[in-house]
Amino acid sequence: MVASAGMNPSAATPGPPLWLLLELTYRCPLHCVFCYNPVEFAQTQDEMTTADWLRVLREARELGAVQLGLSGGEPMVRDDLEEITAAAHKLGYYINLITSGVGLNETRIRALKDAGLDHIQLSFQDSTREMNDFLSHTKTFELKQKVARLIKEHDYPMVLNCVIHRLNIDHLDTIIGMAEQLGADYLELANTQYYSWAFVNRDQLLPSRAQLEAAERTTRVWREKLGRRMRIFFVVPDYYETRPKRCMNGWGSTFLAVTPDGTALPCHTAKMLPGLTFPNARASSMREIWFESDAFNRFRGTGWMKEPCASCDEREKDLGGCRCQAYLIANDPAVADPVCDKSPFHDRIIAAGSRAQTASTEVKPLVFRDPASSRALAPGLAGRGAAGE
Amino acid sequence: MSAVAATSKPAIGGGFRLQWEPAQKAHVLLYPEGMVQLNQSAGEILRRCDGARTLAEIVADLEQSFARSGLTDDVIAFVKMAMERGWLQVPE
Repeated sequence: MVASAGMNPSAATPGPPLWLLLELTYRCPLHCVFCYNPVEFAQTQDEMTTADWLRVLREARELGAVQLGLSGGEPMVRDDLEEITAAAHKLGYYINLITSGVGLNETRIRALKDAGLDHIQLSFQDSTREMNDFLSHTKTFELKQKVARLIKEHDYPMVLNCVIHRLNIDHLDTIIGMAEQLGADYLELANTQYYSWAFVNRDQLLPSRAQLEAAERTTRVWREKLGRRMRIFFVVPDYYETRPKRCMNGWGSTFLAVTPDGTALPCHTAKMLPGLTFPNARASSMREIWFESDAFNRFRGTGWMKEPCASCDEREKDLGGCRCQAYLIANDPAVADPVCDKSPFHDRIIAAGSRAQTASTEVKPLVFRDPASSRALAPGLAGRGAAGE
Repeated sequence: MSAVAATSKPAIGGGFRLQWEPAQKAHVLLYPEGMVQLNQSAGEILRRCDGARTLAEIVADLEQSFARSGLTDDVIAFVKMAMERGWLQVPE
């Protein structure tokens, strides 16, 4: 959502990394089936220290980073969260805490306010206890309601985020109603993007086109009713599009994420891409990472493109779409995002959509994001340290 | 929406933060997970909207600072637009 007026992602010198996301930990009490954390997250044991994170904050701020996300995993499991927040506030960041709410009690919400936290984004999985608790594999529904009230009592702007998919999209009316009742300032209805755990569970999560169209109608009705009282963002699922999204506003153009072990990434999920060695914040400065590293330069601008992107008159608009989707669907991170109907692999997107039109009776079980599933999905890598090291 | 008068004292809206960003050479408005990069005139108006100065005082200050006259209509039009977007609020 960061505006970037005046920035040209294909310019020779990239602009600043305006959006800095710190994934402070992969530890999380929830086990959401659509989590974008890498499926092999359980291999990451060594999280960066407080001092490491404070250095990242200083260096990125010098480059011009201003929007800061504190996320994970569940960032509340870090007991230095207040210290990190205070340091970020002194540096001038606008600080967004992205949390499941677990661990956010009266004492800590007050301490975070004193430290300078600007805003809290609270996730919900659905509007009912049964579905929320099923999808997160935890008993957290009532806790989240309580945390939402705490956020309001302490006068934070509140964004509620609900990841939307086949199993909850038909409940949109009650989800929006719940957000209104809780006093949300913004509601993000984020249709699942199919990477990582969501890709593993894609056949169970992708809604049908009819479900999606009904959801869009419901959202329109509520928007008219709510006006400015609560803004609703509806993030579209790109599997039903024919042109790709301008992913992350362009590779290495706006967004910089640092994962728990210090790996620096130009998008949340890029670590999965083969043939790239991502720099690590323990070994390199943010300046070296952003401007000089091979990984951040690899897909910047349009010079890397092959056909059909290279000669496409829309290449500056969507910048070829998403590299992770190109890899997941077409097995090559340097081809056009297969969402584009000019891609020779677009039929694979259509096939996934076609399967979603009928409710299958033979649905395989959902895979929940937990350390045991992680080790099962990535057994060949078990015990290895951070990628790229 | 409340009306805008010469005696109105506009202030930055709740949930927004205005600050100068050297890397962007611009004032920006920050809000949950978002940012608006302001052009020079928008930045100059908004940074004077501190909830203490009246609209008339803000216009006078702008006219003096930039050696211009007749800015009232432009400033009021901008303030109205900014109020619609929640960037500014005028206490009743």
